[in-house]
Amino acid sequence: MFGPLTVKPVKSRGDKTGCWRVQLKPKYLQKNCIGCKMCVYICPEDCIKGKEKNTFMPDYDFCKGCGLCAIVCPKQDIVMVKEEQEEDKK
Amino acid sequence: MKEYLEGSRAVAQAVKLCKPGVISAYPITPQTHIVEELAQMVSNGELKSQFVNVESEHSAASVVLGGVAAGVRSFTATSSQGLFYMGEVIFNIAGMRLPLVLTCANRAISAPINIWNDQQDSLSLRDAGWIQLYAENVQEAVDFHILGYRLSEDHSVMLPVMVCMDGFILTHGMETVDMPQDAEVDKFLPAYKPLYKLDPTDPISMGLLADPDYYMETRFAIEDTMKDVLGFLPKVSREFNACFGRDYKDCLIEEYLVKDADKVIVAMGSVCGTIKETIDELRKKGKKIGLLKIISFRPFPYQAVYEALKNTKQVAVLDKAVSLGAYAPLAVEIKAAFFGKKKSPKVISSFVAGLGGRDITLSSIKEIFKKLSVKEVNLEFIDLKPELLKEEYGG
Repeated sequence: MFGPLTVKPVKSRGDKTGCWRVQLKPKYLQKNCIGCKMCVYICPEDCIKGKEKNTFMPDYDFCKGCGLCAIVCPKQDIVMVKEEQEEDKK
Repeated sequence: MKEYLEGSRAVAQAVKLCKPGVISAYPITPQTHIVEELAQMVSNGELKSQFVNVESEHSAASVVLGGVAAGVRSFTATSSQGLFYMGEVIFNIAGMRLPLVLTCANRAISAPINIWNDQQDSLSLRDAGWIQLYAENVQEAVDFHILGYRLSEDHSVMLPVMVCMDGFILTHGMETVDMPQDAEVDKFLPAYKPLYKLDPTDPISMGLLADPDYYMETRFAIEDTMKDVLGFLPKVSREFNACFGRDYKDCLIEEYLVKDADKVIVAMGSVCGTIKETIDELRKKGKKIGLLKIISFRPFPYQAVYEALKNTKQVAVLDKAVSLGAYAPLAVEIKAAFFGKKKSPKVISSFVAGLGGRDITLSSIKEIFKKLSVKEVNLEFIDLKPELLKEEYGG
């Protein structure tokens, strides 16, 4: 029997680190967004994508839940919510 | 062909027959003769292999790790402090599931420094994920190297094998050995076909970070494979026996006059020869005694030991090692083999002898049989010199 052993080299995009999130994750309300892109610029993971206002979303495969986007958002359109609450709604 | 050879030379010739592509080692008594001989073979052109001289055992182990990782059969040998210096790489080789054969010329551990034989070195590394085979004589040491590569490199195993042979007693002793022939070995041991290897055209990474999401499975997998080896080793052994005309049976344990014996000693390594001689002598006087030799210490054949000893009245376990502050290593396993079982020996006594090269003689073995009675003893040191022991420092 073998466990996880050898790994094909991948770019950092292949290494999904979203599982590192502990409790909170950002929720993008997409209501009052003005498309200032502050969240895009501050994200240490560079995992937020979007073009026009109210289209921005993080990639949860990489988002570590640091909360910087929620702090920087001038319209408070991003809020940090508990991980399991989000799942309950699903 | 039968030849009269020094143990180390015989092992070197066995390794040559296995044709490793990479050999790396650092000299340490009593292992040195093995790699010395191999170095000579390489420089004489008898063996086409890369012999890498290194500055330490840590590097030697790392070089052979790299060799197998690149898909080439490799070999190294060491002893005592050298094995400990290899320590972290030893665990890495098993963790990366790289097949390898390493000769451990068993020697005592410092301090105080001592170059003579006991089995504390390899037994201290019993938890490393290596298969450990203990040889009684030079013939077994030779054969276990060839068998070891075959076992280790099987795609269902992919775990390293440590062939343990008692330092000096076997490495420097002269013995008549039936050396296998080149063609026979080639037939039994085909060229190494790696399951995975480092290759610039198809790159992979080995031994990467495994966070809590992944690590436990790597350990579980080795444990599961070890269980399979208990079934697979006898298969390889039977093939080996047929190919080379030997009789190692399942290669897990060897029973010597155990069936009708009231008292049985359990031991590993060269001391089994001495015990057999003692048994022959005492059997002539009508004493019903026997020997159970453990060949495979890892994986440990609990079931085979249980079957062999379940009807024996008294069992003595002879350790050439100690686990300071606890029962001796082999004694622990033998006791564990009977825990919670319906049938069990009435007494399992544990004896420690031969540390740091103190000779285990026929009379030492007789003393063990004498001390093996209805009263169980634990960690009884044989041939101890009480005059060297003092309650307080100085005087």
